[in-house]
Amino acid sequence: MATTQTLTPSMKRERRASLRRNVFYLVLIAIGLVAPFVAYPVFLMKVLCFALFACAFNLLLGYAGLLSFGHAAFLATGGYVTGYLLASYPALTPELGMLIGTAAAVVLGAIFGALSIRRQGIYFAMVTLALAQLVFFFYIQAPFTGGEDGLHGVPRGHLLGIVDLRSNLAMYYFVFAVFLFGFALIQRTVHSPFGQVLKAIRENEPRAVSLGYNVDAYKLVAFILSAGLAGLAGSTKTVVFQLASLTDAHWHMSGEVILMTLLGGVGTLFGPVVGAGLVVSLQHLLAQSPLGNWVGPILGVIFVICVLSFRSGIVGEAMKMYRKNFK
Amino acid sequence: MTFIRKTLASSIAIATTAAMATAAQAEISDGAVRIGYLADMSGTYRDLAGPGGLEALRMAIEDFGGSVNGAPIEVFSADDRNSADVGANTVREWYDTRNVDMVAGLVASSVTIAATKVIEENGGLGIVSGSAASSITNEHCTPNHIHWVYDTYPLANGTAKAIVDQGGNSWFMLTADYAFGHALEGDVSRVVQESGGEVVGGVRHPFPTDDFSSYILQAQGSGAEIIGLANAGADTVNAINTASQFGVVEAGQQLAGLLVFLNDVYAMGLDTTQGLLLTTGWYWNMDDESREWAERYYERVGSMPTMVQAGIYSSTMHYLEAVQATGSDDAQTVREHMMRQPIHDFFARNGRIREDGRMVHDMYLARVKSPDASTHEWDLYEILTSIPAEEAYRPLSESQCKLVQN
Amino acid sequence: MTMIFGVPLAVFMGQLLLGLINGAFYALLSLGLAVIFGLLKIVNFAHGAMYMLGAFATLLGMRYLGINYWAALFLAPLAVGLFGMVIERVLLRRIGHLDHLYGLLLTFGLALIFEGSLVNFFGVSGARYPTPELLQGGYQTGFMFLPKYRAWVLLAAVVVCFATWYMIERTRLGAYLRAGTENPALMQAFGVNVPLLVTLTYGFGVALAAFAGVLAAPLYPVSPTMGSNLLIVVFAVVVIGGMGSILGAIVTGLAMGLIEGLTKVYYPEAANTVIFLVMILVLLLRPAGLFGKEA
Repeated sequence: MATTQTLTPSMKRERRASLRRNVFYLVLIAIGLVAPFVAYPVFLMKVLCFALFACAFNLLLGYAGLLSFGHAAFLATGGYVTGYLLASYPALTPELGMLIGTAAAVVLGAIFGALSIRRQGIYFAMVTLALAQLVFFFYIQAPFTGGEDGLHGVPRGHLLGIVDLRSNLAMYYFVFAVFLFGFALIQRTVHSPFGQVLKAIRENEPRAVSLGYNVDAYKLVAFILSAGLAGLAGSTKTVVFQLASLTDAHWHMSGEVILMTLLGGVGTLFGPVVGAGLVVSLQHLLAQSPLGNWVGPILGVIFVICVLSFRSGIVGEAMKMYRKNFK
Repeated sequence: MTFIRKTLASSIAIATTAAMATAAQAEISDGAVRIGYLADMSGTYRDLAGPGGLEALRMAIEDFGGSVNGAPIEVFSADDRNSADVGANTVREWYDTRNVDMVAGLVASSVTIAATKVIEENGGLGIVSGSAASSITNEHCTPNHIHWVYDTYPLANGTAKAIVDQGGNSWFMLTADYAFGHALEGDVSRVVQESGGEVVGGVRHPFPTDDFSSYILQAQGSGAEIIGLANAGADTVNAINTASQFGVVEAGQQLAGLLVFLNDVYAMGLDTTQGLLLTTGWYWNMDDESREWAERYYERVGSMPTMVQAGIYSSTMHYLEAVQATGSDDAQTVREHMMRQPIHDFFARNGRIREDGRMVHDMYLARVKSPDASTHEWDLYEILTSIPAEEAYRPLSESQCKLVQN
Repeated sequence: MTMIFGVPLAVFMGQLLLGLINGAFYALLSLGLAVIFGLLKIVNFAHGAMYMLGAFATLLGMRYLGINYWAALFLAPLAVGLFGMVIERVLLRRIGHLDHLYGLLLTFGLALIFEGSLVNFFGVSGARYPTPELLQGGYQTGFMFLPKYRAWVLLAAVVVCFATWYMIERTRLGAYLRAGTENPALMQAFGVNVPLLVTLTYGFGVALAAFAGVLAAPLYPVSPTMGSNLLIVVFAVVVIGGMGSILGAIVTGLAMGLIEGLTKVYYPEAANTVIFLVMILVLLLRPAGLFGKEA
């Protein structure tokens, strides 16, 4: 009682908002925990992997203002490295394999970032696209990927040598934990001083430079972080599906992650999650329906509608509405 | 949220049937035979199997009467978009939520290898009709799938051997630069050398390639008598088209298409493809039985069936007959019965399923007709000889399949 | 026989010529992209689809309307150009004021729609378009057999490219266009109808792509996916030349054709990739491209 009296009204508001946020997060986590009993766990795992991938991409586009058209390279690198290690060294536990896969994506991200972050806008998009094409070429040529046939027979193994991941439920909770880790990392990053500087750079780069920030270094760190998380998503995906294939390295995948992020809401924390969920569900439902042959055109129409009238995405528009009506 | 409701409903269904399954081994599980058709419905291999293959599958079920021993036959389908993870994922879901009994279609080799691994894990049954890779019943064989229509081994074997026998001794290989192309190139080179010919050169082109002029020029420069095309689909079509523009055949060289389908020849036209030698598992106009079926198919689909589409019908029939005879849809019971029964229908002659899961049957060496010799738009091949089932496919003595005792 | 790095001179010369012919396609397509980017600042991801539509218009025109190749050379680009203008008016105009990346995304969506829909009607095997009678056969040059049609493609593409360059750099309309690129507001103030100029420019850019599509119809199977793989190569060409640079697009297009042609001889596996390697090198050394001006 005594302490609350000393709070100013604005601090109270702040505290209420943070309480609301925490409750919101807890509810979502609870939903995540119950979900596999309601929906098909493997499908949910796919959604979570792509959600993490889209979140990683959004960290770059939404908070640093950099549109990468080559993020498939990181997804594929995480997947291939993890898949190859787990398939060739049965003694390796899945979390170690994923760790190394993620590390490989981080290294690749550092190379991509070093070559591309000095470019802006379209040029940045094009350089990342070109680099990703080189990576794609490498994966076609390298014998360990199995080329067009893909890399098969990756064992799910035992987490920490103890938990048998062959059970879909165990696998699901592991994937959910990985996703939460990735999401929390992005959330912390965005709200940290580092994240604030990134946003400042996005809004007005010359100003950030004149304030004395080493803009390139900030962008590079953001890029590496984004690449690493995309790699983590790829590693996880490979363990879940027990395979890695060229689909993940193709430039269409780089386009798909843009669609997910755009649909859900660029620059919002939850947007990419919603977008990934929608795109994956849509592909999933359409593929088994009579409209199956129309997946491409339907995604195209969504793309067009998003750009024309839904630019803040579903979560972005919802937040706008919420602010207008409740504040 | 129909998806969730469906999932719930089917989980309950699975739980109930699991409880019943132990009691009634030799019965059709949960009272229905469920066939899932997985194929590329929108990409490169669409015309080869795709929606037409699904129609062939439906025809088989209708001709069978729509039910087996009173149990209805259900069909569902999905587009694998030529992606191994989409394919494997779809099949896994069919097992987890829809209790699928047989997976049909299976086209792109990468998808097939991934999908059959899932089928094996779930103790199910898959019948592969569209894939080319001979590794599917070699190093990737499982006790849970059967490879029906063709594979690269007889294609390379049949075509290359026939050409060397006709005097085509020196070869230049035009190879798609990925696992499939390399395997085909290896098979062809071996056959050519064993038959007394020689591979004088080759070039590996990226996959996919639109413009083949540069490679065709290199092939012309090599002076080889035969240009072997170790590629597939659009690449083969492009290579043949380009060769025609550069007057390769007029200049005295001959093309050998190793993986050419009816729809490819139809698309390129006879002007471009005439004289091309190829090996096929079936041709719609090869006899009355085939013609009769093909014309029924044509009425429903609007194009003549490829060997893959015919194979889907044939394999589904054989499967349903086995289910009927054994009164069960248990994968191993049905597979054993299918293996005991020889296959002799409009599609397969002297067919039988080997222990590695390979359905061997007579293959045919065909030559593409010249425009003058063709009587109507789908009159495309002339069958030259048939290659006996036992010679066409990779002998079991060379097999690396874990199911074969060597 | 004279050898160049282990390759007979005749083969080497033949490869250079073929590379140049492919380069002519790149030049035509990247020219259209550059014109559009110059004025609209949009990276037109639908450019490959427009090329494909040009080829389809040619094919369907022959099949259903009896339009021959020579008429299609004019009519197909016209039809696709008008279609492009409608797209510009109805869709692109609405996002003109936004970040240019939205234009890229919108046209990406359009490409998905066009290609995916046509797949459902025409399949993917592609259809063959006959070579016009006048251009059948070929010339036996000293070092190779050159099909007449390929020679024609090279000629037609180069003529159209340089005519376009002349129009933009040397005529009054071109002057408006260049001025509009520099400062649209000022042009509007001088009484030039800038929105109309933008519409016409987009229409012209995609008409160039459609023209390339007509040229390609007798060479490659006409299929809904024919443009999508070509597209990213053409992007690379535009970036190497310098976005928006007309001369850069033409010269780089031809040069990349040559480089690719040589790669096909010495390291064929990398033929699809070499252009991206060049692009990365160029951007590291000259960020605005070979012919671009530093922003």
